[in-house]
Amino acid sequence: MKQFKGRVITPGTVTAEAVVTTQGFNTLASLQMPLQFGDKEVKCSDQNNAELHGKPLINKALCLPQTIGSTTGGLVLYCACALKKNPACMLFANPIDSLAAAGAVLADVWVEGVTMPVVDSLGEEFLAYVKDGMMITVKEDGTVEVDG
Amino acid sequence: MVLTPEQQAILNGEKGETLAKVLKTLVMYGDAFGAEKLVPITSKYNHLVTSFGLKVMAPVYDLMQQLLDAGVASGQKFSVDPRPLDKNVPANFLQNFVFNKFMYTKQDFYEKQLMELGLLDEDAFTCACYMDEVGNKPQKGEVLSWAESSAVVYANSVLGARCNRNSGIIDIMGSIVGYVPYFGLLTDEGRKATWVVKIATTKKPEAQLLGSAIGMKVMEDVPYVVGLDKWLGTELDDAACAYLKDFGAATASNGAVGLYHIDKLTPEAVELGESLIVEGAKEYIIDDAELQRVQDNYPVIWKNPDAKPKLCFVGCPHLSLQQLKDWTEKVEQGLKDSGNKKVVIPTVFTAPPKVLEAFEKTEYAPRLKATGIITSYICPLMYMNNPLCKKMPVITSSNKLRTYTSARYYTDAQILQAITKGGNAE
Repeated sequence: MKQFKGRVITPGTVTAEAVVTTQGFNTLASLQMPLQFGDKEVKCSDQNNAELHGKPLINKALCLPQTIGSTTGGLVLYCACALKKNPACMLFANPIDSLAAAGAVLADVWVEGVTMPVVDSLGEEFLAYVKDGMMITVKEDGTVEVDG
Repeated sequence: MVLTPEQQAILNGEKGETLAKVLKTLVMYGDAFGAEKLVPITSKYNHLVTSFGLKVMAPVYDLMQQLLDAGVASGQKFSVDPRPLDKNVPANFLQNFVFNKFMYTKQDFYEKQLMELGLLDEDAFTCACYMDEVGNKPQKGEVLSWAESSAVVYANSVLGARCNRNSGIIDIMGSIVGYVPYFGLLTDEGRKATWVVKIATTKKPEAQLLGSAIGMKVMEDVPYVVGLDKWLGTELDDAACAYLKDFGAATASNGAVGLYHIDKLTPEAVELGESLIVEGAKEYIIDDAELQRVQDNYPVIWKNPDAKPKLCFVGCPHLSLQQLKDWTEKVEQGLKDSGNKKVVIPTVFTAPPKVLEAFEKTEYAPRLKATGIITSYICPLMYMNNPLCKKMPVITSSNKLRTYTSARYYTDAQILQAITKGGNAE
């Protein structure tokens, strides 16, 4: 088990299985199609992301450097949370970007009964270490435990 | 974050619970970036990214209704991104059924909400709101609460306005309270370049390919581009602005660029020059081979990579009036060279409603119509974003459309050849 410490953007505790992308996560390209067409597993539809394309994202610990792409990204993430089709948590190696931050904050302020912990600044070492399928526990203070 | 007494009163709920939540959202959003204050929005108009009444986006419309019910409409009038549907654009029976009965069932409802919230008028639907015909063109130094990525990067870079890459919903929340958090591209420091991009091509680089290459390399950083003035000149004329519109949209969608500086051309680069570049900035050299490498590496996700294209979209972001005129001449010449009378692939050129209205008054409109090209105000991305279109071989010269859909990217010259002559666009 290895421990990392990041900054809490929206708090919460959760344990979930990791899905990892080492390239930017394009929120619109990844989520809109599965949300629109009722994919219960919310499989990533971003054809430009070979690491994630086709993989389920719902209830997973999404490990990423940052999000990229269309500025509808934040509201798509907000909708995913409101529809309860969101990742269990989002764990950023880098400082969070404005779109992901918007989505996380909108969900936190405006959606009742959904908690999606978001932690950023976990460092490059975090993303180098974590692999698909590892179990991850996020704690309230931004501590992230990875069970390899 | 330090709030003014007025802002603190709003946050404390003195102007109602809903407005308090709006301000709380902006404060938390700013806190994530270390913003120490909220600053006033100074642009005349806002621009919203969410223009589509997608059934799945019901939580967005619920939230908008909460705002309306609480009487907290936008403090600014606004334009909004393009409509997702237009009956002029070719669609088969099944597509029409899915669009109208399944996907965009909330369109009328949402447009009514937009009018109540402060939409400028019924034609204010475009991603290129800064065009003269549309009239939502901020001035240098003005602070905005926009979200549409291609408009944000254009406003920051070409117009010298100041706006972060906000998300949808955050855009309208800013203009409801009249403030945005002060961080990132609003600050002098945040507008400095951390990359120097040197253009070393032997010909004018394709705008959307160059933007794609830079976006994928620098991601959310600010690039200072040197050597492009050789191809664009040093004046922000119609041609340069159209080029930078398309270039910027590709940097923003293929990466996450919110601001670029073009040496000797864009306002801050002209004013401050290389003092905008931070010490230790990284370098990226782009030559012909690099652009070819970038284009060759785009994934082809058509079921049959050799399929004959069934539809072509040009105009994402929306075309300018001059671009429509230029394309008219190019298509006419292409048809003349190939001996065809009309385009051989159904082709849609998209532009803002008010640009199309102006275009219709020119001698070019009947000429373009005679080539078989269809004009529309639609958002090609919204048209394409469904499984039916995924199976459809669509070609485009938009790198944004390529990024978010199964459309295949080709340069303008390749597109011209494909639609006027036919055969393989390669």
